[in-house]
Amino acid sequence: MKLSSQSKAGLLFALPWFIGFSVFLLYPLLRAFYNSFTEYTVLTPAVWIGGENYQALMKDKVFWQSLGNTFYYAIFAVPLSTIVAIGLALLLNTKVKGQAFYRTFFFLPALVPAVPMAILWLWLFNGEKGIVNYGIQVLNDHNWLFQVPKPNWLGDKTVAKNVLVIMSTWTVGHAMVIYLAGLQQVPLALYEAADLDGASPIRKTFKITLPMLSPVIMFNVIMSIITSFQIFTQPYIMFPGGAPERSTYFYSMYIYDAAFRDNNMGYASAMGWIMFLIIFILTFFARKYMDKKVHYEAN
Amino acid sequence: MAKRTRTLQQQNLVSVGILHIVLALLSIVFLIPLLWMIATSLSTEKVAGSFPPQFIPTPIEWENYSTAFNYQSDQLGGVPPMLIYARNSLIVCILVVAGAVISNAIVAYSFARLKWPGRDVAFSVTLATMMIPFPVLMVPLYAMYKDFGWIGTFRPLWIPAWFAGAFNIFLLRQFFRTIPFELSEAAKIDGCSEWGIFAKVILPLAKPALAVVALFSFMAAWNDFLAPLLYLQSQETFTLALGLQNFKGQAGGSPIHLQMAASTMVVAPVIILFFFTQRQFIQGIATSGLKG
Repeated sequence: MKLSSQSKAGLLFALPWFIGFSVFLLYPLLRAFYNSFTEYTVLTPAVWIGGENYQALMKDKVFWQSLGNTFYYAIFAVPLSTIVAIGLALLLNTKVKGQAFYRTFFFLPALVPAVPMAILWLWLFNGEKGIVNYGIQVLNDHNWLFQVPKPNWLGDKTVAKNVLVIMSTWTVGHAMVIYLAGLQQVPLALYEAADLDGASPIRKTFKITLPMLSPVIMFNVIMSIITSFQIFTQPYIMFPGGAPERSTYFYSMYIYDAAFRDNNMGYASAMGWIMFLIIFILTFFARKYMDKKVHYEAN
Repeated sequence: MAKRTRTLQQQNLVSVGILHIVLALLSIVFLIPLLWMIATSLSTEKVAGSFPPQFIPTPIEWENYSTAFNYQSDQLGGVPPMLIYARNSLIVCILVVAGAVISNAIVAYSFARLKWPGRDVAFSVTLATMMIPFPVLMVPLYAMYKDFGWIGTFRPLWIPAWFAGAFNIFLLRQFFRTIPFELSEAAKIDGCSEWGIFAKVILPLAKPALAVVALFSFMAAWNDFLAPLLYLQSQETFTLALGLQNFKGQAGGSPIHLQMAASTMVVAPVIILFFFTQRQFIQGIATSGLKG
């Protein structure tokens, strides 16, 4: 096949990415797959052991626990942060005066790097002197509605994971900005038509705004699933070893520990591939399900 | 009729008022953590540990910042560790930003404006790579960088940035496609090579989009914790993210008011950068999430 000069230029321009893709993505991905069938430390060469790593994983309580924690986090963090982001975007989209200020305020937390964020949240949710429990106490002192419990956020194994879920709703700035841009693309004519029919604002939101926004929601939810499955930095800093009682021990932390603490690279690679497959399958079904939904509602 | 309009206006005023109250309350919720970080960073140790908390600490202890900055300077031969971390972060960020802008511009140009066999398949594969989680790559990458002799250096942190990445390719491609193709045609008739068209026609027009790539890559490099944790070993090479974690854990935990002062110092540059580039920032995020 003879290539046109444009094709040659095109391939040449794309070359950096072909190299980057092969060296920093494809090769490590395949090597991890091979390694997952071996016994392997950094110092000794890999020895083929077949499916033993996978068999051992199935019997590993810590594996299941970290997987469970990660699913718990994703199941709560993805929908909650999506709802908060869309809610904020809807409020801002009312063209209220000072919209730019509010938008900046809501966005700022998303700028905080993960490490200072983790350190700050340890302080906010401190059981004795934290501002969160102080706020709850003030509410309780005023007998406001009902008495709210003051949990030991960081030390109680049934609560600690939720601190990270709450954090995910505080850092929705990126998603909010994307939704806001999506909202501004909804044709005004649709609302004008609905106004003529005397539709209420709530009805307009559910019948026009959200369906029109659904492709954007789909994209964001998928990206948010992918990132929430990889949660590492915040729990690694806030809850060393997944304390209390490994209730905050997430999948990435176990991969990290298996590889770099226990020097069990083959085992870690098997876990890595399982994570890859989970994300792949979830993304696939999320796309499939939402494609149908998006299509259905938009028509 | 007149009466009806008035009640409508009144209703409107009420709903706008409620909207402002809701937005203001939410703003407080979103800002309190940051404000409290600053408040604690300006407290004396005693005030920081007091309960109920003081939102405006008395006295205001500006010295915390110099104390946090100089904390355990003796460990690195008298130079404040924070200064070394900041220098390291800056070096990595500059190399990452330069590499990301240059490589992604070149590659995105190919995907957006040149035709070659297999291009569209290659682009789909490119987008699909966003699904690959970093934890599956980190073990083989570590072994590979070890073979290269890169462990303990900045190279694993910035060299990959010079080979483009799916997210930025996608972002720039969106933008490049909006530039009229007639411009390229005209340049070609004038005898411009593909490289000439790219460098002289497209790049000058793409400055806003390149600024977005620069911003996002800067943020990603500044915030990254896992990669420095994996590849950097000695304290002199730590970036700010890694150094801050080290700072927190030192001697069974440094005092909270100093932790907050150090954290504020790491957060502040990002927030300042944001205020100067807000428009590009917001627009860049908006494009990244919308299909063009």
